[in-house]
Amino acid sequence: MSDAFLQLRGLSKRFGPQVILDTIDLDIPLNSHTTVIGRSGIGKSVLLKCISGLLKPEAGTIRLSNSTKSIPQCAYMFQQNALFDSLNVFENIALPLREKEKISASQLSEQVNRLIDQLDLQNAASKYPAEISGGMKKRVALARALITNPEIILFDEPTTGLDPERKFSVFDMIRNYRQKFGFTVLMVSHDVPEVFGITDQVAWLDAGKIKYWGPPKELIESPPVELEGFLNPKLSTDKPAA
Amino acid sequence: MIGRIGRKGISFVSELGELTIFGASSLGSLFRQRHTFEKLTRSIYEIGVRCIPITLIVGLFTGLVLGLQLYYVLTKFSSESLLGQAVALSIIMEIGPVFTAIMIVGQAGSALSAEIGIQRNAEQIDALQTMNINPLAFLVSPRLYAALICFPILTAFFDIVGIYGGHLTGVSMLGVDQGAYWSRIYEAVSVKNVMDGFYKALTFGLLTTVICAFQGYYTHTKASIPGARGVSQTTTRAVVLSSIAILSSDYLLTSFLLEK
Repeated sequence: MSDAFLQLRGLSKRFGPQVILDTIDLDIPLNSHTTVIGRSGIGKSVLLKCISGLLKPEAGTIRLSNSTKSIPQCAYMFQQNALFDSLNVFENIALPLREKEKISASQLSEQVNRLIDQLDLQNAASKYPAEISGGMKKRVALARALITNPEIILFDEPTTGLDPERKFSVFDMIRNYRQKFGFTVLMVSHDVPEVFGITDQVAWLDAGKIKYWGPPKELIESPPVELEGFLNPKLSTDKPAA
Repeated sequence: MIGRIGRKGISFVSELGELTIFGASSLGSLFRQRHTFEKLTRSIYEIGVRCIPITLIVGLFTGLVLGLQLYYVLTKFSSESLLGQAVALSIIMEIGPVFTAIMIVGQAGSALSAEIGIQRNAEQIDALQTMNINPLAFLVSPRLYAALICFPILTAFFDIVGIYGGHLTGVSMLGVDQGAYWSRIYEAVSVKNVMDGFYKALTFGLLTTVICAFQGYYTHTKASIPGARGVSQTTTRAVVLSSIAILSSDYLLTSFLLEK
């Protein structure tokens, strides 16, 4: 696909004899939201870690193209947020800029405070991660990801351990801020079918391969036979034993 | 049997290699980051300032006990006037650097290993990598340089308080002549003796900080159990290995330095 922003070609990863990713090809369009779904332990997070550079694939290429910047930037949102306990909210958000960019303290403060305002974190700026709620932690982690103005954000199961109400509020947050800041999203999620409401494309990962890639609408209306059990587990468990 | 010994040997050499690369990378990365001075100052506070009380307490009691023990040995040879010399040389050349290092490992080394281990489990080290921040430069390097600064200084504190502790026992309690105590120290202790103690302190600082940081950094691969128990396992291992490293390198250094 020529308009793909992130291109994966022949991506393979194994841990010992176990093949996790088997020659994966995937195209992520610019400014889109793609969600990778699949069973637990199937390798969804491994896929994100390969893309972010945390894991080195055995084979294949990962290419960011059609970038609007000379150096395409990729940010990563971890399942447990990965905020630094010894830094307060302001310092956590400022960390990537403070460590990597040569900017004055006043410019840094201005950029961080702007994000704090945009993400409604004004009351939490001086608090430590242990002193704020789970939803706020997500927003702080998102603010830290956004501070370097990335073109793509990788979300690793952002709703893990949240109740249904909070789950929807995190999905809303991702949708709203994507519209507001205009970044591309590649997300890993277990929350099927809830996640279909915010995603443009769904990629179903199974046995190391992408077995479905396309809009969620098609998946809901006419799911491939092998996906039925995954999308609606009740159907498969209700079947009488052979 | 032979195969098992061979595998253990290869594993030991491999880990030693990893440890050396880890230490060298940490040493080389301090000035490849921003806000170096601020991080170094914070690390000096954590390793140095917070370890002063324990160093002084242990130094004082070591001097007191040493004064008492050596007095009873020296009286058998009617040489109690040599007490100052015996206390000072034992503390400056041997006990000061070793005990100080063990105390710092117990307080700051274990904390360093546990903190980095928890950061590994909480994906904070991965987060640094995704932010293009070198985790070794950010987490380990300032602590390593702080240890190289603090170990000799704390050893000096230990030496001074220890010698004064020997004075308290020998002179104030057991009646050794004060002039003899201090003049024997002045005559016997050379600059080389003091410097040898500092060389040891530097070596212990380097070895223990690298070992503690390494155990924490690789807690996900080194521990047999993941999570909190894994961190506890690697922290314990960090303290044990550091203590062994202090005592074994002390023997090698003493052999080498006494030969010179």
